[in-house]
Amino acid sequence: MKNSISTPTDRLDGPEKASGKAVYTDDIRPEGLLFARTLRADRPRARITAIRLPEIPDNYFIVDRNDVPGRNRIKMLEDDWPFFAGEVINHVGEPILLVVGPDREKVADILNSIEVEYEDLPPVLSIDDAIAAKSPIFGDDNCFAAYSFRKGDPDTAFSTAKTVIEGEFKTGYHEQAYMEPQGMIGSYKNGKLTVTGSMQCPFYVKNAMMQLTGFKEDAVQIIQATTGGAFGGKEEYPSLLAGHVAVAAIKTGKPVKLVLERGEDLAVTTKRHPSVSRYRSAIDENGRVIAMEADITLDGGAYAGLSAVVLQRALFAAIGVYNIPNVTVRGRVMATNHVPSGAFRGFGAPQAFFAVEMHMEQIASELGMNPLTFKEIHLVRQGDTTSTGGVLRDEIKIHEMLAKVLKMSNYRKKEGIFASKKGRFRSGIGLAIYLHGCGFTGKGEEIIKGTATIRKLAEDRAEILISNVEMGQGAQTTLRKIVARILELPIQNIEYANPDTDRVPDSGPTVASRTVIIVGHLLESAAKELKKRWNESETLSVSKSYRHPSYIQWDQDKLQGDAYPAYSWGIVAVEVEVDTLTYETAVKGVWTVHDVGIAIDEEIIRGQIEGGILQGLGYASLEVMDTADGAYRQHSFTDYIIPTSVDAPVIESELIDNPYEYGPFGAKCAGELPIAGAAPAYAAAVSHALGIEIHEIPVKPEILIKRAVK
Amino acid sequence: MSQIIQFTLNGTPVSLESDPMRRLLDVLRDDFSETGVKEGCGEGECGACSVFLNGKLVNSCLVALGSIEGMNVETIVHFKNTPAYRVIEQAFSDAGAVQCGFCTPGMVLAAYALLKNNPHPGENDIREAISGNLCRCTGYNMIVDGIRLAAKRGEGKW
Ligand code: FES
Ligand code: FES
Repeated sequence: MKNSISTPTDRLDGPEKASGKAVYTDDIRPEGLLFARTLRADRPRARITAIRLPEIPDNYFIVDRNDVPGRNRIKMLEDDWPFFAGEVINHVGEPILLVVGPDREKVADILNSIEVEYEDLPPVLSIDDAIAAKSPIFGDDNCFAAYSFRKGDPDTAFSTAKTVIEGEFKTGYHEQAYMEPQGMIGSYKNGKLTVTGSMQCPFYVKNAMMQLTGFKEDAVQIIQATTGGAFGGKEEYPSLLAGHVAVAAIKTGKPVKLVLERGEDLAVTTKRHPSVSRYRSAIDENGRVIAMEADITLDGGAYAGLSAVVLQRALFAAIGVYNIPNVTVRGRVMATNHVPSGAFRGFGAPQAFFAVEMHMEQIASELGMNPLTFKEIHLVRQGDTTSTGGVLRDEIKIHEMLAKVLKMSNYRKKEGIFASKKGRFRSGIGLAIYLHGCGFTGKGEEIIKGTATIRKLAEDRAEILISNVEMGQGAQTTLRKIVARILELPIQNIEYANPDTDRVPDSGPTVASRTVIIVGHLLESAAKELKKRWNESETLSVSKSYRHPSYIQWDQDKLQGDAYPAYSWGIVAVEVEVDTLTYETAVKGVWTVHDVGIAIDEEIIRGQIEGGILQGLGYASLEVMDTADGAYRQHSFTDYIIPTSVDAPVIESELIDNPYEYGPFGAKCAGELPIAGAAPAYAAAVSHALGIEIHEIPVKPEILIKRAVK
Repeated sequence: MSQIIQFTLNGTPVSLESDPMRRLLDVLRDDFSETGVKEGCGEGECGACSVFLNGKLVNSCLVALGSIEGMNVETIVHFKNTPAYRVIEQAFSDAGAVQCGFCTPGMVLAAYALLKNNPHPGENDIREAISGNLCRCTGYNMIVDGIRLAAKRGEGKW
């Protein structure tokens, strides 16, 4: 397919990044810059009884909640998360105040000589503590959000079942580990607040700043700086940092920069929610699952943040890619005195896919069936209904994809050979099948109603005006490619600057894998209209706003209908070798096929797939993050281990075309999809190698030793 | 405690009076605006702060200013003007090795450090050579491909 939209283009942001010219937040150094550092709580729950400050020299400042001009709460779903701690602190690392000044060393010295006195309160340090609700920190039951829905008649199915199989599955914290730590710069001049920094969602930050300051819309400007990776980690947390530099800039009248050190970033920013999932399935005499019950509990940490929507995505993924006629899905996010959990690529779905895929493996093994065959007979088909009663309208190509993966990996043959392997090194192969609902969950897109604009700049030039950001995922290249194709201009002639909220309309946040399918589609239709009207005038702008397709119906109260407008699909097979002396596990190969509709750029999609799979393998194996007394025990990349080039397996990756009517050039979503399957496929492979069930990630050697020896 | 320290930065002799305990990384970024040298971890784990010190690849966050008296420091700012850089940049581009770019200047220098000593590296040599440089975006294989491509095209340029 030469010269199709999928043919790779050189990334437009490549050279400036490779040569070190790209300007990230910490590279911005305005005149008169002050540096800020944060005084943080050192315990999970306490009342602050006294703060003793040293003498503060000239030009140095203390900034705290008393300096907040408007409301000391981050604008989010619950508005419960303060920018600066109030009288009570609710998690280790909660910001209490800032020390701001021209010399970083001196700022640090001042910070170190501040003394805080606390009166400890009983902390909630686990999901079980939270459920017991002895001393609640949120409402009277510590529950940020709880949902449930059903399909069919699960009660009858369970009562007629031949067998009922139950399992519990756990996933741990997962750190985004973007290579550029979070950072922001604020300035305040002539009544106007400007915040520049590393972020995914300029308008989230803008709305948060308006509530923080009480300023009018035109007195707040947010600019994205080149962003060194985000993976969801820069969805909500940047609003907090932006608030800090904003208040400091307003107080001092000087530009103020706050960049987290790596250890600080690991300690205080949001991570993927740990989860505990209980599954129960009813099996009939033919070995078919006639009903499934899923109950997922997430640890939300101290503030509600985005937890409720993360939970929704987890629940809508809870039944995986299987057509089960009778379903009950329940879930809740609990408040604990942990650092707030938040957005991370997949947004709840990776936890659910791990649980449902391992549960399917477990059922097959308990029934004495081949796990893959067992999964295969339950796969959804076009026209089936989802667990929320939505309709899978579009063509589903998983059977074709499965055949491809099996061939690429030589799966069936390896399955047989590996099972009979003896000796110290055991091999295993496992496979996971997954999907991703494209764009916001439920009515999200309708509420946001994103607008995208294209402006003609000259006879042969145009500019994209949107609030979506390039954060490494390739938006600069893919979106310009879409517009260039339609306007029939060279891609270099399509400008697309890092968004500045003074210049761009709100096309929504850069989340939920919505940038290409939703915003790209708006750009596609704006470009088509602009192309038609190109000769009308020298300077012409065309804007398009999101219109919800009428056939997609969703009831947010009952959680019924189409949770997403479209789905992308993936299958991944992972081969491992386990050393039964040390229980160290090495990944020997990965084979994967994805349906992302039409790839806007095959190379960029390959980059998303490979990066997502390795991040998912890390989640399943090396990346252990846990807490002691409410603090993470891992403080750096020395003890929070992410995969290196020597850990990374070769990944054989293929795409299958399946154009989507409402996506630009037929594209669907891709960014989050590939992370969902890596962990269950890895765990299934280890389980195959050792002949044991796996119910928990990360799969630590200690756990394997215990299970295998049993 | 400050001390006068002289060294060569990107071919130009420089001298500054400063605390010898300061990290070379901060000196480069703050005193010489060499912002292509990145701080990813500050602990020698990520390689984003890589520079050449007397031709050897080091993590500048682990180097004290006082220890480089009389030495040669070369950063991405200088290296980007060499023919070797252009080969690597194009190969990275063709292989899709750049995503967020935060690791990339360090990866480019690590690639050069390898190719200079071993112009025909095998896959494992490449993986070893960049194993001190973390990348969270790419999954590494496309960077490995980029280096392999650079090796193929760069004959005689190292
Ligand atoms: S910043 Fe020096 S190795 Fe990471
Ligand atoms: S490209 Fe983002 S860390 Fe390597």
